[in-house]
Amino acid sequence: MTWDRAVVDVAGFALIAFIVWFFWLVKAKGVHAAPTSGGYQEQLVLVKGGYTPDVIVVEAGKPVRLNFVRQESASCSEMVVLPAFGKSAKLPEGATVPVEFLPKERGEFEFACQMGMFRGKVIVE
Amino acid sequence: MKASHGLRRVELAIDNLTCSNCAQTVEQALRSVPGVKAVAVNRASGVAFVDHDPSETSVGALYGALKAAGYRTGSAKVRFHIKGMTCASCVTAIEGALRATPGVLSAHVSLGNEEALVEYVPATADLEAVKAAVASAGYAVADTPPPVSSTALDRETEERDREYRTLMRQWWFGAAVGTFTMIMSYPWLFPGLGRLFPRDSHSLWYMWAGMGVASLAVMLYSGRHFFTGAWQALKHRSANMHTLIALGTGVAWIYSTIALLFPGMFPSREFADVYYDVTVVVIALVDLGLAMELNAKGRTSDAIKKLIGLQAKTARVLRDRRELDIPVEEVLVGDTVVVRPGEKIPVDGTVVEGSSAVDESMVTGESLPVEKRAGDEVIGATMNTTGAFHFQATKVGKDTALANIVRMVQDAQGSKVPIQRIVDVVSGFFTPSVAILAILGFMVWYTFGPEPRVVYGLIVAVTTLIIACPCALGMATPMSLTTGVGLGALNGVLIRGGDALQSAEKLQTVILDKTGTITHGKPVLTDVVLGPGFDEATLLRLAGGVEKSSEHPLAAAIVEGARVRKLELPTPASFAAIPGHGIEATVEGLVVLLGNAKLMRDRKVALGDLEARAQQLADDGKTPMFAAIDGKPAGIVAVADTVKSDSLMAIQSLKGLGLEVVMMTGDNERTGKAIARQVGIERVLAEVLPQDKAFNVQKLQLEGKRVAMVGDGINDAPALAQADVGFAIGTGTDVAIAASDITLIKGSLGGVVTAIQISRATMRNVYQNLTGAFIYNMLGLPVALGLLYPLLGILLSPLLAALAMSFSSVTVIGNANRLKRWRPS
Repeated sequence: MTWDRAVVDVAGFALIAFIVWFFWLVKAKGVHAAPTSGGYQEQLVLVKGGYTPDVIVVEAGKPVRLNFVRQESASCSEMVVLPAFGKSAKLPEGATVPVEFLPKERGEFEFACQMGMFRGKVIVE
Repeated sequence: MKASHGLRRVELAIDNLTCSNCAQTVEQALRSVPGVKAVAVNRASGVAFVDHDPSETSVGALYGALKAAGYRTGSAKVRFHIKGMTCASCVTAIEGALRATPGVLSAHVSLGNEEALVEYVPATADLEAVKAAVASAGYAVADTPPPVSSTALDRETEERDREYRTLMRQWWFGAAVGTFTMIMSYPWLFPGLGRLFPRDSHSLWYMWAGMGVASLAVMLYSGRHFFTGAWQALKHRSANMHTLIALGTGVAWIYSTIALLFPGMFPSREFADVYYDVTVVVIALVDLGLAMELNAKGRTSDAIKKLIGLQAKTARVLRDRRELDIPVEEVLVGDTVVVRPGEKIPVDGTVVEGSSAVDESMVTGESLPVEKRAGDEVIGATMNTTGAFHFQATKVGKDTALANIVRMVQDAQGSKVPIQRIVDVVSGFFTPSVAILAILGFMVWYTFGPEPRVVYGLIVAVTTLIIACPCALGMATPMSLTTGVGLGALNGVLIRGGDALQSAEKLQTVILDKTGTITHGKPVLTDVVLGPGFDEATLLRLAGGVEKSSEHPLAAAIVEGARVRKLELPTPASFAAIPGHGIEATVEGLVVLLGNAKLMRDRKVALGDLEARAQQLADDGKTPMFAAIDGKPAGIVAVADTVKSDSLMAIQSLKGLGLEVVMMTGDNERTGKAIARQVGIERVLAEVLPQDKAFNVQKLQLEGKRVAMVGDGINDAPALAQADVGFAIGTGTDVAIAASDITLIKGSLGGVVTAIQISRATMRNVYQNLTGAFIYNMLGLPVALGLLYPLLGILLSPLLAALAMSFSSVTVIGNANRLKRWRPS
């Protein structure tokens, strides 16, 4: 094996290790939804190439309101689906769309766009 | 509207003015408002006339008083767009002008979406006055949208069109540069150009440098969304299609630019060729693919557009004994609406006067026009045929059947098919895995491949990145689901979501509730058997006369049967019910007995062969009653719940679909079996108490079967919920949506067949799409990685990969659109 092959292979494995670490091993920290005077736990979610924040921590038994604001025109993200809570909403560009639900059980519940390209998580504590 | 002495008279429409002392309560409540001089309440029309001094009180205060007294008032809400709003102070100006208008209860203006929401009393202000108020503040009202919110849909279409146009512009730019780049990358293939730009010449180097700049422009203009998308995703530690395209085209561009600027870095000359054509053509092709995708996607939601398009724009209502043409959103609950031949019915309501046949096919899927008389319900958006009638509006705006249907279909289209959850998990790992594969591919080709190794490695890596787009996989189920649910809606079948669709496809057993589902649920007169010396008219006339005074449900069937035969029914002089036996009455001087065999025996009436006939009728599931006139056996009248005309055909079709059909009934076994025989059902669960229905569904499930329950949705709710799929048969506007998975708007079993056929067709489409997308990736990836090269010498070019990628997405959507050609069989 020549030296250039060795360099390419070492660099390649390093890159693969980086991809594995970057996409799968690092856990994103969650954002706690802020309680409002109306008793809701409220959180603004920006929809632009993904959900920001994409991990939202809420308390069980209190109603949650996620306000989605979509700031892009790519049709992939035009809908958000929360299958665990049976909710879905169309997100017109620029408009704030509230999605309300009542988390009853603890656990992690995914939400995603209809095609599953963007995804986020609600952690109920 | 004006009364004397500076007083103003308003008419307040009150919804729930039902009792006579309500009128007094209302009067007192209104009189207690300062500034009110006189109050007159008309209980019949549900209107209160109030003379008040506008300087002391407002219409809003009057409404407040009514509300406080517990009465609902007919106020209307209207939402409209305002043109020319630029600043926050506009909001205050418009709101002020609106609130100052008499009759306006509240006004909210939103600057963000340039909308005003106004609540007003239609008796005092109308839409014109509201618009005038906006105009007085210096702004204009845009055309009012229809009440079923098509604005969101319009906006979506508009957004989609805009994005389509952008993508097409990006494609044309990329295609123009791409054609040029493709030719100039290999000028020696073209005789004339080969001489102008020979290999290693300065002219070629400058040409390639120019291409480098041009392709950068393509990346920045046509491919911008891939790079920004990839970056955004990266910030969320995720990767998607954008990441793959951006990586592939970016790597090709960077390699080419290094080769152009530092050819010395490469061991030999042919390594230093440029691949700008890959960058440009891939971007252009993927843009074109996205544009085609968008176009096809727009068509999958056609169903909703069709439904909303059904909505009538105007309504003709009677107010103050005048016919007024008003926008449909101004119609209030309680308004009398006038419908002429050939007109669309604007809102839901009950016919009060006149009759006609109404074509309800657009909402229920029922192909024949339905007869409507006073007391019958009409559904908004259906089409009147030949007659004219008046009806009272019962549901308007977002409460109409049509609005509910639209909302439900929209929700269902946004849901997920359970199988998609697996796809989601897979696609979450998909993109980074592809990146890893591409790197491994490069390493293997660089280490073991033939010369020029760098070039082969690069081609393999770029091709792998580009061919493996998770798009087709991601779109496979949502596209079919949207089309399938929409298809159902257009055929009178409301599917609640992907879960219901997937469960309906796998059904093995269908339980049908007998009463109201297979049968009409209402007993009718079916047979008349005559005793010696009697004729049908006499027997029915007397029996009908006797039963007229009875409150038994079977009695109503006999009375109706006599009426249908146009018989004039006499009134009995005396009448006595004999519990458990029947009735004895004196009519026109004759003693008439009507009841069971026991009654006849007690009164010593010789029944002869009538008894055997009665037994026959009972075996057929009918209820026979003997009649005796002046002690002589006059005959038998038999009453039964009859089978709906299309039940037999629907049950045959269900069996044809390979389903086991079971009937469930609270009736005795004999009646149940009799009906089952008529419609061809073998298995009958008889004498099932209402509370045991769910338990019986569970028993069938325990046999290992996937069970559907079909019922009218009210007393069957627990059974509907217990079943794997609950079908509610909702007739007309009375759509029992909540308990069921699938609602059949038309009250017939044919809908069950349609629903199962649609779910099978849709799920077949989903599986086709998933298999197609899966096979595409399964075949595409190894070929792109060059696994076929050592055997067959086949290596895919990145350009072909881009074509294949776009083609796979378009195929998936095209296949979903193919579903729309489905027709009920």
